[in-house]
Amino acid sequence: MALVIQNVRLAHRIYRLTVQGSYSARMGQFFMLRCWDAYPVLSRPISIHNLTEDSVSFLYRVHGTGTWLLSALQAGDKIQLEGPFGQGFPKPQGRTALVGGGIGAAPLLLAAKEIPESSVYLGYTGVPFAVNGFHEISRNVTVKSGGTIVDAVDPSRYDTIFACGPVAMMRSLAQKAEGTNAKLHVSIEKRMGCGIGACNSCTLTSAGSSRKVCTDGPVFPAKEVNWNDLHRL
Amino acid sequence: MISIDCELAGVPLVNPILAASGTFGFGKPYADLYPLRKLGGIISKGLTLTPRFGNSGTRLYETPSGIMNSIGLENPGIHAFLEHELSEMTSHGTAVIVNLGGGTIREYTEGAELLTEASLKLRSSGKRAVDMIELNISCPNIKEGGLAFGVENEQAQEVVRAVRKATTLPLLVKLSPGARDLKEMARMCEAEGADGLSLINTIQAMAIDIRERRSVFDRAYAGLSGPAIKPIALRMVHQVARSVSIPVVGIGGISSAEDILEFIMAGAAAVQIGTYNFINLRAGDTLAEELMELMESEGIQSLDDIRGII
Repeated sequence: MALVIQNVRLAHRIYRLTVQGSYSARMGQFFMLRCWDAYPVLSRPISIHNLTEDSVSFLYRVHGTGTWLLSALQAGDKIQLEGPFGQGFPKPQGRTALVGGGIGAAPLLLAAKEIPESSVYLGYTGVPFAVNGFHEISRNVTVKSGGTIVDAVDPSRYDTIFACGPVAMMRSLAQKAEGTNAKLHVSIEKRMGCGIGACNSCTLTSAGSSRKVCTDGPVFPAKEVNWNDLHRL
Repeated sequence: MISIDCELAGVPLVNPILAASGTFGFGKPYADLYPLRKLGGIISKGLTLTPRFGNSGTRLYETPSGIMNSIGLENPGIHAFLEHELSEMTSHGTAVIVNLGGGTIREYTEGAELLTEASLKLRSSGKRAVDMIELNISCPNIKEGGLAFGVENEQAQEVVRAVRKATTLPLLVKLSPGARDLKEMARMCEAEGADGLSLINTIQAMAIDIRERRSVFDRAYAGLSGPAIKPIALRMVHQVARSVSIPVVGIGGISSAEDILEFIMAGAAAVQIGTYNFINLRAGDTLAEELMELMESEGIQSLDDIRGII
């Protein structure tokens, strides 16, 4: 069990949870979180937003019962963390862009810290949130509210692009990056049972073979993603 | 001195706690989290002769106190298992049980023959191998075979008889809660030479996405597991344990030492932990210890003292 340091509401249904502990993790990895006993049954996979020497933080959107219970946590409460799990983002090559849509900004802050020279593109349907952290790291942050952030990104200017956000956003970015030299990696969300590769519930097919989002991902080269696998969570 | 070691169909177990098929991979995912020798045994993901990709669409859905799954027996196939997984699976110092699935009788028997041949060969060279086969005639999530074999007694009899002939390894038969007559099926398995029975598999269930006006699952129905099904499983284990003289392994929502004792009191020789492995990734690390503590506080010296007392 770990201790909650802070759980702040940043926008409608959006929270940042900071938990005490020294963790070694790579950008794009996730933890399985739970702060309840029997119900809901499963823990929730939440990507790492930030790491410091003595804390780890998570940016999450209240979506169902689990995240609603997380949102009620206060400083001093206990929470259970298992992880870090997953492969995360690979080592980037050359000029790098980070593209986040809404809560998809979550795993990109740690990426921005590891690649401070990267260009950051953040798109929101409403009021932007969690933007300050990016401004503190990168001099090149584009924030857009309404429309699609993909319009602001020119993939031909980059060698590597990391993206996380709604499926439609990542899919359209993938289409835009086709024919350029940019290597696009996307962070995928799928319903998970265990987070460690045992239950086979987060499987997706790619290039004719079966991959697990929890252990082979959650980050995949966009070219290997079968977007039709991701229509529903 | 409290003792929790036991024996299942001639295979010695350090404790009665087995990791259930489909919730433990081949052991590897959990081996980084705790030493798997703390478990009585591990049961492989359901294996079929040829690889399966599993089902499309949503594969997992949460319900109050349970989960529903429609994985569809995704697995690499027995050949790949023997080549790439078995040696690591047998390296953890715990019993290894292979869950064998299939769509046709021939698929089952060929799978059993391959597993047996490979195991005898390994054992003759002093290596650890598969200790037991768990015959899965009750997967609700595959199109052909699967549950169909687990419902009708005559069909089940044909599979059990054929697989019994195909293997010299101890044979558990995993029964479905959907069996037309569970006690009759259990007695049939015993008569056909099964060394034990495990029950229950998941219960066929349904969830509807009201916004999309369709079932959550592409295959309409899925298997319900977890604490929600424990009372049903307990009743079925109780009924079956009183109907046969071969050991019965209890499965269904077990998530505490108290639950384990309930199943043993209902007549189970051992138990399997399924969904709880997801709830507590380190379940196997603590359950045996908690079981000992509970037995001490209840004044129970050995599982034999309470087995089937209800």
